[in-house]
Amino acid sequence: MTALINIRNLTIGFPKGHEANVVVRGLDLTIHRGESVALVGESGSGKSVTARSLVGLTGQGASVTADVFDIDGENALNFHERKWRQLRGSKIGFVLQDALVSLDPLRRISQQVSDALGNGGLFSRRDIHDESLTLLNSVGIPNPVQRLPQYPHQLSGGLRQRALIATAIAREPALVIADEPTTALDATVQKQILDLLAERKRAGNTLLLISHDLAIVSRLADRVLVMRNGEVVEEGPTAEILSAPSHPYTRQLLDAIPSATSRGYRLAPDLGSVVSSSPAENPAVIGQVERLKVLLPAKSIDPKRKMLRVEHLSKHYGSGAAASLVVNDVSFDLSAGEALGIVGESGSGKTTVARIVLGLVKPDAGKVSIDGQPWSELSEGQRRAHRAGVQLIAQDALSSFDPRYTVERIVGESLDSVAVFGAERRRRVLEVLDSVRLGPAYLNRHPRDLSGGQRQRVAIARAFAPRPKLLVADEPVSALDVSIQAQVLDLLAELQAASGTSLLFISHDLGVVHHLTDRVVVMKEGRIVETGNVDSVFSAPRHSYTQSLLEAIPSIA
Amino acid sequence: MDVENVTALHQAPIASLQGRFSSIRTTLLSQILGRIGSGIIVLWAAITLSFISLHVAPGDIVSLLIGEQIRTPAIEAAIRAEWGLDEPLIKQYLSYLWRVLHGDFGRSYVLQTDVATLVLSQIWPTLKLTGAALVVAVVFAVVSAVATAGLRWPRRIAGGMELVLVSTPSFWLGIVLLFVFSFTLKLFPVAGDRNFAALVLPALSLGLSLGAVIGQVLREGLERALEEPFALTVRSWGANALTLRLRHGLRHAALPAVTLTGWLIGNLLSGAVITEQVFGRPGLGKITVDAVLGKDLPVVLAVAILSAFIYVVLSTLVDTLYLLLDPRLRART
Amino acid sequence: MSVVSTGTPLAGFNGRQIVYSALRRPGLLAAVVFLLIIAAGTSWPQLLTSYNPIAADPLQAQLPPSAAHWFGTDQLGRDVFSRVVHGARYSILIGVSAVVIAAVVGSILGLFAGLARGIVDEAITRFLDVVSAFPDLLLALVLISFTGPGTFNLIFALGVASIPRFARVVRAQTFVIAESGYVEQARTFGLTPAVLVLRHILPHAMAQVPILATIGLGTAIIGAAGLSFLGMGPQPPIPEWGAMLAEGRNYLRVAWWIGVWPGVAITLTVISVSVLGRQWQAAFEGRRQQ
Repeated sequence: MTALINIRNLTIGFPKGHEANVVVRGLDLTIHRGESVALVGESGSGKSVTARSLVGLTGQGASVTADVFDIDGENALNFHERKWRQLRGSKIGFVLQDALVSLDPLRRISQQVSDALGNGGLFSRRDIHDESLTLLNSVGIPNPVQRLPQYPHQLSGGLRQRALIATAIAREPALVIADEPTTALDATVQKQILDLLAERKRAGNTLLLISHDLAIVSRLADRVLVMRNGEVVEEGPTAEILSAPSHPYTRQLLDAIPSATSRGYRLAPDLGSVVSSSPAENPAVIGQVERLKVLLPAKSIDPKRKMLRVEHLSKHYGSGAAASLVVNDVSFDLSAGEALGIVGESGSGKTTVARIVLGLVKPDAGKVSIDGQPWSELSEGQRRAHRAGVQLIAQDALSSFDPRYTVERIVGESLDSVAVFGAERRRRVLEVLDSVRLGPAYLNRHPRDLSGGQRQRVAIARAFAPRPKLLVADEPVSALDVSIQAQVLDLLAELQAASGTSLLFISHDLGVVHHLTDRVVVMKEGRIVETGNVDSVFSAPRHSYTQSLLEAIPSIA
Repeated sequence: MDVENVTALHQAPIASLQGRFSSIRTTLLSQILGRIGSGIIVLWAAITLSFISLHVAPGDIVSLLIGEQIRTPAIEAAIRAEWGLDEPLIKQYLSYLWRVLHGDFGRSYVLQTDVATLVLSQIWPTLKLTGAALVVAVVFAVVSAVATAGLRWPRRIAGGMELVLVSTPSFWLGIVLLFVFSFTLKLFPVAGDRNFAALVLPALSLGLSLGAVIGQVLREGLERALEEPFALTVRSWGANALTLRLRHGLRHAALPAVTLTGWLIGNLLSGAVITEQVFGRPGLGKITVDAVLGKDLPVVLAVAILSAFIYVVLSTLVDTLYLLLDPRLRART
Repeated sequence: MSVVSTGTPLAGFNGRQIVYSALRRPGLLAAVVFLLIIAAGTSWPQLLTSYNPIAADPLQAQLPPSAAHWFGTDQLGRDVFSRVVHGARYSILIGVSAVVIAAVVGSILGLFAGLARGIVDEAITRFLDVVSAFPDLLLALVLISFTGPGTFNLIFALGVASIPRFARVVRAQTFVIAESGYVEQARTFGLTPAVLVLRHILPHAMAQVPILATIGLGTAIIGAAGLSFLGMGPQPPIPEWGAMLAEGRNYLRVAWWIGVWPGVAITLTVISVSVLGRQWQAAFEGRRQQ
């Protein structure tokens, strides 16, 4: 039997000015019926464009060339739009990430499912209704009669994603392409969706999975293609690639994944203290395929000195019947030099706790003290003098910078409060920039001209500049690619150890927390459900919620 | 899944379904009532503002109200009686409010007539012109947006045409249309409001520039909607481009365009004042201009309050339409 | 070319670059050239025409366009081209002054509402709601019915009627920026509220005002011409474009040129201003999105 997809030497380019910007180069891809294949890579690797080329949706102006481009035995290179339309949905289904934006927010689920079923003439209204119910049932949506007349925003994230999958499989296509199908979802919901896809795989359906996450791939794919800058660097059976990668880039990606085993070690090669001003961020890989085993500097923790003490914190938003308690009787403390992680899914109240600790939000009840001194009870005027001691690293570095400012002013501004000006300020700014491996060439750069990783490094430099006692990091790496995330986590760990600053680290990613922090607080719906040493909590969770969170993490088998 | 199972699914949750629908309807209703409420507040404030403006304006109130009319003791006495000028201010205010609420806008001393009767007699031609102009605007906007969105050259041409139309004063467009179609080609009447033909040129000159503004917003919205991830999903179902535009894109694009239209209808009303002058049409325009030049304040204030009323009614309608178009807003309670 | 990058994007500009980027945008180039001509007409009308725009000459009445009178002559024998050139001064200055009034007062109101919030914001917003319930031109007409027609009264009325537009944008912008990541971050540095407002909120909240004013200038010029057309602005024999159109309307049957050229002048001016404003806005938004 011929392969379902057979592509040789695929090249995709977009016009950019006068020359073409090639995003996929010389790619070979074969997918057999019943097979599950994954394209893995970081942003800009060309994996999504490749997937879109399979349904003829690469976008206006794209040039797609190949030696062979067969879909189910037909040469798709000279397909016209009409032919592509017939193929979409019936032969190849497509699932995008985040159904909140990938389904039309203004149309009911029923309308969208029947749109996807297509060919209005073939079914009667009744048939369409029955067919829709069967479809929603088959993707595990409970009570589909109630769901059909609803709009996407009325469904939870998991149900929404299931509905999107239902539209993709509506006409029983031979191949389903899932492009980052779980990226915007909480871990437990992500697991449900992966289970659904795994079930379909077991039932013999063909799947092309696009993902940046090697762990997800390990659960679903028989075969993996690792892509980088538009080229496939390595291809092979999943187990083989993940256990014994032959290409240094694959090794680097695997090493970059933070987890229990990476604790205390660097995740990425050091960026080096002299950094060229070129935007290229990935360090040159020096033919090393062995696991990186470079120790991070050791921390010194003083358990007697409590840098942060949070007692019986409560906070609610809204009023009357709509009031919701987002933080409910939360207490914990953090010693000098220690790193404490707060984990929880969206809506757990972890960010509100961070904002209260920062003194940006007043708690309804309870109090926060810093280094034994009162903090949350102070008036803003009194607190202002001590604010330099508590610094923030936000998730989105770019929006935390005044767009008019240069890097020098951005970093320097945090020194206002400790009254460091003039030459001394410049010296300190250069010092902290150097500690995040950014040279003096960056002083006059604007944040919009920096890459995502560089921006987060500037944010880290700024946070350390006034030598704070406590650093609050709210999801600082969740928007970054895994190899960039590795560099940023390394810097954060290194600087924290060197400066002895206490770190309060908020994250939804248990792997990151396990890698970086010493103790962990698990939050759910505003409450702390479990707290303790990070190793013991994660290896022997006592609370069922922690257990379900841990089970939901896809880990490389 | 077998047939039996499906029928069971049909029947079971119907009760809960009805319950949910009615709850959606009540939130929708309460939101609409909320908008009507704030509309009433705006209207009350508009009436109050016009009362205050009469009292804080330089010059005494009698000569303000009398306008260009010759001041005689008899007229002065009539004004004092009508406005209760010897009463305390609060009482004057309340009785003013009371009269306006009953559609009594007082007497014009310039024209020697009852203001409400005068305005009502002239409102119909103006509404006819505004309505026709609105139709012109919406048709122009939808056609120009749907036909050219996302297409390189057509959108440039349409965009250029819209820029010219937006930048052209509607009354000058009227003059040019008059010259070409009435004086030169003699296709349409030069002035008046006798038949439908007399409405064509005024409606075009008033509606086209509004249509150009809405068309720009509609096209931008359509192009934005076609860039959204859901557009890719819809295309991956095998939908064709026109279906995507009409069934999915247009509704998204309509959201900002509807708001803008509601907002611009006010401009249509004031534009009608000028257009009526150009085409020598009867209507509110003529009496307004005469009243402003003759300082006939009772008439001017009546027209102002009336147009504020129309604005409030229309913007409430637009907000309601918005709620119907976007289910996400209904959910937020 | 050896331009040392000094960091700010504007510092890299030089003459050749400006010429090059202008040639790539012929529309923008044409708009700028036309506005320069208009500016010249506003400042030194004698440079462009030698005819007296006011003095009547019945012997020369209603002559069609010719080499001597490019735009023809009007019903009183005045050179229409000369009147259009001299009229630029009135039409443009009325538009600009009205926009300046609206931008200044509107920005102050918007900033005040956006920063004070609470009851102050509520009061200002409600006030703006009420003012915008009256269509712009009608509100201007109401004001003129109190003050009487005339150039200054027209500027005042038009300016007041455009205040809400500026106030709304500045208020919304102030809100967004006060909630933004960098203002929150700056609070963690212990900056005082005054420093916070001056350093981080004010510059961004006001950034769009000049752009908005440029785009609003087109609307103001059309509005001013409309009110003058109705006889609310400068009185005859002042050669204001809108007033000239009102005269021209009555001679359309016999002398179309009287009522056409002032309209062409208005339209071209407004198009040029709009092109300029939109390019500016596009550049601004592009910079912000990067």
